Amino acid sequence: MAAYLLRRLAYALLVGLGITAITFFISQVIPIDPAAAALGENAREEQIREFRERYGLDKPILVQYGLYLQRLLRLDLGRSLRTGRPVAEDLKEFFPATLELALAAFLVALALGLPAGIWAALRQNRPPDLLVRFLALLLGSTPVFFLAILLLDLLHRRLGLLPGPGRLDPFLIPPPVVTGITTLDALLAGDWAAFKDALAHLVLPAFVLGSASAALLARMVRAAMLEVLFQDYIRTAWAKGLPERLVVFRHALKNAALPVLTLLGGLLGGLLSGAVLTETIFSWPGLGRYVTQSATSLDFPAVMGVTLLVGLVYSLLNLLVDLLYALLDPRIRYA
Amino acid sequence: MPKPLRRFLRNPGALVGLGLFLFLALVALLGPAFVGDPLAQNLPERLQPPGPDHALGTDQLGRDVLARVVHGARISLGVGFGVVLLASFLGVAVGLLAGGLGGFWDNLLMRITDIFFAFPTLILAMAIAAALGPNLVNTVIAVALVSWPIYARLVRAQALALREREFVEAARALGAGWGRILLKHLLPNSLTPVLVQASYEVGAAILTAAGLSFIGFGAQPPTPEWGAMVAETRNYMAEAPWAATAPAVAILLTVLAFNLIGDGLRDALDPRGH
Repeated sequence: MAAYLLRRLAYALLVGLGITAITFFISQVIPIDPAAAALGENAREEQIREFRERYGLDKPILVQYGLYLQRLLRLDLGRSLRTGRPVAEDLKEFFPATLELALAAFLVALALGLPAGIWAALRQNRPPDLLVRFLALLLGSTPVFFLAILLLDLLHRRLGLLPGPGRLDPFLIPPPVVTGITTLDALLAGDWAAFKDALAHLVLPAFVLGSASAALLARMVRAAMLEVLFQDYIRTAWAKGLPERLVVFRHALKNAALPVLTLLGGLLGGLLSGAVLTETIFSWPGLGRYVTQSATSLDFPAVMGVTLLVGLVYSLLNLLVDLLYALLDPRIRYA
Repeated sequence: MPKPLRRFLRNPGALVGLGLFLFLALVALLGPAFVGDPLAQNLPERLQPPGPDHALGTDQLGRDVLARVVHGARISLGVGFGVVLLASFLGVAVGLLAGGLGGFWDNLLMRITDIFFAFPTLILAMAIAAALGPNLVNTVIAVALVSWPIYARLVRAQALALREREFVEAARALGAGWGRILLKHLLPNSLTPVLVQASYEVGAAILTAAGLSFIGFGAQPPTPEWGAMVAETRNYMAEAPWAATAPAVAILLTVLAFNLIGDGLRDALDPRGH
């Protein structure tokens, strides 16, 4: 196990390094001079030269990459050209909102996808199965930005059931920022009104973001369950006269869970980065909206910062899933 | 008729997908000749509901929504196939080299693939599109650059398994060079999973490209690209919901067609489920 752990960690480090190499490379091919961009149009010749020397822009490209890595280790991601603040500070401010949305969407995906997939597998080729498969196919093919617009129009504007874009009613006093996750901060402050409002604001974007993942999950769970349901030991369990609940949850689901587990890490990672469209439409102040606005104003230090952060979080999640997987399935450890 | 083809044609879902695709392809090829100018504005007739003059109504600039959706079919299908051609070429090449050569090269190439896999698709595509400049060709390049790794993984796995088979060994014993083995023996026998994946990926690429256009990093207005059309008309959902709904449904049906075809191909080509 220790050897596996070490190998897997070294490997994650390698991927992380590769991610930095690619973000560095993209920032090299951008047709914008970072010195001129940072200093503005009226910068004098010697100011530009000084800037280039200070950031090593006059050095060979490998040396520049080394300097870039050095700055990364100090969490120096450069300064955003748009907000004028260090990118690392921007990321710290916007990440919690994305995390809140992604986790809520993840819960939506689990709550819808898991039972739907199990139900479909148990009623294979009968109406429930056909219904789940049809809905999964439909949700998986719907452009998420249109789903957002449609539900906002329907549930917010026409029926008034749910609040519109944003995280909190502008007339409410926001709870003091502790974690940056508004629902949690409201709870910590004991502010029920703010909590209820923040939660209501979370429902639509979380459903929109989580729906495609729910569809994918339902399909995966159904397939994994079907692989298991026809095994001999399940037939034995039925033959013993065990109730459906026990057969399904104790015998089948446990063994179907492994292939589904590999999917979950990627799913959560995808939700963290897939929030771009959802956040833009719901004016959700997270990384997705930040990166979109930054890219629109060609603010590449900010764009690269987000890309790097999300890429690293994604690899970290995959590492965790792999470790969990090895923990649950001894075959992997000793392979 | 070969068995997989027969299985494909007996699958109702696959047939629906195929029919839908043929219809869309026909619309993309011939449709523009039958509808009006997708860019012609007619402000007095703005936001008209669907009716005899405009089958799908008009948008906020009085443009015919049907004409725009029909012209958009050409763009979206072109983007989808363009991305898949480019990405599968790149991915198949990398996977074939990795699996065929093995050892050090396999390790190096697959680690690079892993790194690209770790990137958030839409954000990386957005960064590339922003760096290159927002237009349709760059959208295709950006989406292809983020979607090739899956092909590399699939082909590598196939090539690795095939490398040990007798027919490859026989070819090697007869003095075939590695280039010949890669191209003549490993490549053609590795393409089945690529075909299945590619059909899903056409739909996925259309979705990603539409998303990019929606946030302004793909096709630019007034181009009748479906994602851009939804973005342009989204603020008129209250008074003219058809303007945003029509292109969105077009995206949905197109992606649905490729998902159905992908499912059908997978079931037809994979004997495990039978």
